[in-house]
Amino acid sequence: MFGIIASIIDGVLVGLVYGLAAMGLTLIWGVMDVINLTHGTMIVAGMMGLYLLTGAFGMSPYFTLPPVLIGGFFVGVALYWIAVHRMMGRPPLMSLLSTFSVNLVLVGLGTAVWGTALFNVDVSLPGLTIDRYTFPGAHIVAAVLAAVIAALLYAFLHYTRLGKALRAVANNREAAELVGIPTTRLLAIAVGGGVALAGVSGMLIGTLFPFTILSGDGYQLKSFVVTVLGGFGNPVGALMGGVALGLLEGAVTPFVPVSWTLVIEFVLFVLVLIAFPGGVFASRRGAL
Amino acid sequence: MTALLELDRVTRRFGGLLAVNNLSFAMREGEILGLIGPNGAGKSTLFNLINGVFAPNAGRIVFAGVDITGERPFMVARHGIARTHQIVQPLTNMTVLDNCTVGACFGRENLPLHRATEAARAAAALVGLDDRLHLAALHLTIAGKKRLELARALAAQPKLLLLDEVLAGLNPTEIEHMIAVIRRIRDSGVTILIIEHLMQAIMSLSDRIVVLNYGEKLAEGAPAEVARDPQVIEAYLGDPKLAAELEGNDGNGGHGSAAHD
Amino acid sequence: MLRRPFFWIIALVVAAFVVLPLIGNNVELRESLALAAVYITLASNLNLMLGYAGYINFGSIVFFGLGGYICIWLVDAHHWPLAASLLAAGIGVSVLSLIFGFGILRLRGPFFALSTIGIVEGVQAFAENFKPWGGSSGIYISPEVFAPLGGPGPALWVIYFLFVAVMAASLFLSYGIKISKFGLGLLAIGQNEDAAAILGVPTPRYKALCYSASAFLPALAGGLYFFKGAFIQPTDAFDLTLSTEAIVICMLGGQGTVTGVALGAYLYEELRGYLLTSSTFSNFQLVIAGALLLVIVLFFPSGLMGFIYSRFPRLQKVLE
Repeated sequence: MFGIIASIIDGVLVGLVYGLAAMGLTLIWGVMDVINLTHGTMIVAGMMGLYLLTGAFGMSPYFTLPPVLIGGFFVGVALYWIAVHRMMGRPPLMSLLSTFSVNLVLVGLGTAVWGTALFNVDVSLPGLTIDRYTFPGAHIVAAVLAAVIAALLYAFLHYTRLGKALRAVANNREAAELVGIPTTRLLAIAVGGGVALAGVSGMLIGTLFPFTILSGDGYQLKSFVVTVLGGFGNPVGALMGGVALGLLEGAVTPFVPVSWTLVIEFVLFVLVLIAFPGGVFASRRGAL
Repeated sequence: MTALLELDRVTRRFGGLLAVNNLSFAMREGEILGLIGPNGAGKSTLFNLINGVFAPNAGRIVFAGVDITGERPFMVARHGIARTHQIVQPLTNMTVLDNCTVGACFGRENLPLHRATEAARAAAALVGLDDRLHLAALHLTIAGKKRLELARALAAQPKLLLLDEVLAGLNPTEIEHMIAVIRRIRDSGVTILIIEHLMQAIMSLSDRIVVLNYGEKLAEGAPAEVARDPQVIEAYLGDPKLAAELEGNDGNGGHGSAAHD
Repeated sequence: MLRRPFFWIIALVVAAFVVLPLIGNNVELRESLALAAVYITLASNLNLMLGYAGYINFGSIVFFGLGGYICIWLVDAHHWPLAASLLAAGIGVSVLSLIFGFGILRLRGPFFALSTIGIVEGVQAFAENFKPWGGSSGIYISPEVFAPLGGPGPALWVIYFLFVAVMAASLFLSYGIKISKFGLGLLAIGQNEDAAAILGVPTPRYKALCYSASAFLPALAGGLYFFKGAFIQPTDAFDLTLSTEAIVICMLGGQGTVTGVALGAYLYEELRGYLLTSSTFSNFQLVIAGALLLVIVLFFPSGLMGFIYSRFPRLQKVLE
């Protein structure tokens, strides 16, 4: 019995990282109504960042966080200018296709270079042992880091000028422009931020599980489920949604073969959307 | 009188905001009912409720004896209700003719394609768009787009037409033309519920007026009565002199000096 | 429809597909045209959702793969003749997609698109675990099945003509829908779904019908494709590459046009053939496809036909 509870708790720890990943997705979504279909690949990029920096430079795993964060930000800004900028004002179909096509290119290049090799980054930390169950140290650290970053993001959005400007743009882009906010710059920043978060969450996930270039799809789906559970454009909701998903995974995985987990999550995604078209904690559209 | 449209204590809430509150009124067949009120009074929301875009939280909407409360928009269209939108919603990349044909195909008459095209042409001619039938909607001027909204709604041969600020953004000549068109539409047997901020226009067009304020009915009656009503003056018209002026100007629709809201 | 010139243009193209490989028994041309026919089939049917109704179906491969599985299974395990198996596959997949469609078509644009990917993954997971379908090893069919068609050699010709027939049906279907009332409703949905609903277009029913209609012919194509290869397995049957290529083809040629899709398929097949012979990494195929799609979406959203129509507007009256 405690086994299930332990599994659930562990699930919540990992779920916090999923929540962080989803925050990256929902930031972009909330600010400009764009669904970033490179999200999964950006998560993988963060994983690869972890792998390469620890391998080539012998960096300690958690110290790769700042470079991944910063690198992710610049990649995100580049993504904005390449694929998103011209899509503003066009039907949403188009931005979906443009990010989709960038994703094709990235995945194609990635598999061309690394194939379907399995990567593993060894992060051995002392775990926390309660009764017969050990919670891996890496899970705890990742969860704590995710929560801290989420808190920082929240503070940024609500207590800094730039954050408030972002929320203004999310709420009503025209009005924000009219009061003098340089919306284009902010849109680029939002995408930069979203990708940075995706990358960092990837780096953290890389400390927990092995991965391949193609792992992005699965984590992208999880991000979508979390976003749907937590509300689009709602970072706090994303974190809560992550916890909920982690809880669900923890409760289900002891009983179900791994290959079915994604299918269950997909079914959940569709069912929740049918029941709650705005997500479960539907915040007002365009609000952060 | 057998009412064509009856609203019975209709209420719609959005979160904490009561957009339409316990609203009741009825429309006779063949009349033009004007709906006025300050911005945010709930007028467009009311149209959305009648159309089926949202369902009311309480109350009933009855059309030609049939309870249409909460029906989906395309079912409402089949009953014979058509509308124009405050912010025009053209089918952007389709031609004027195709836009109107959609209206004729899927509206009350549910016509097959070839007959719908003819009905579309007729509707376009009524509003003066027959010289631009093969122009894509996105190439129309704002006035053209407004006419397209109207033509598309008419192509469906509706029994009830909901006009949402169809005069906004038009110059005086265009306004005069549109008012004449609206009168012709009514003469052809269509009942019209019209939202408008152009006071002189709506006062002269309407047989009766309903005034909304904060989602509630503030007054109802003939234009002259409503213009004299002190509550209406205070809430909406703001200026007793203007009210007197409007009383005197009955029948002179379409003057360019739009009243301030 | 028979009175319109475009009908005869399609008929001409189909005739060319039938006649050309017969000249000198040109097997190489036949195979190349067979592939083109598959691409045209997939892209035209995808176009119904993408170009007409404005819904991106990322997972259209599921119709192809599932059709393949049903056909192969009926031929192999139940010894049904090819024609009946194909028909059953087509009907089965259409019915299933009608059922699924009513569910996922309530989701707006982007969510619908994402859920179509999930459907592929779900069906693939199912196929991998479903013993009667061979699980992850798939199904091999024995060469005896080619006997009723005259043996392996003639069978390839029969299959080819069936591919052409399915392609022809796809072209005529997308043309026929486009000039019909149903097509007008779909186009209205694609332009502005809310306005279309208010105008009376029965949006849920039309979307579901469109989705289901877009499943039938690809299912037949899938049945033929895997029957020809005498083998089917989950990773091949549900490889998202093919549906991605169909999207690129639609956008390349001009979404919503019938001519564009056919042209796009032809051009893309040429490009792909060139790539496959010049590099050994099949993954570069997707890189090029992705880059191509990005360029189209950014700079030429109306595709090839949009470009042609802007130069030669009168062509729009003849071509679709």
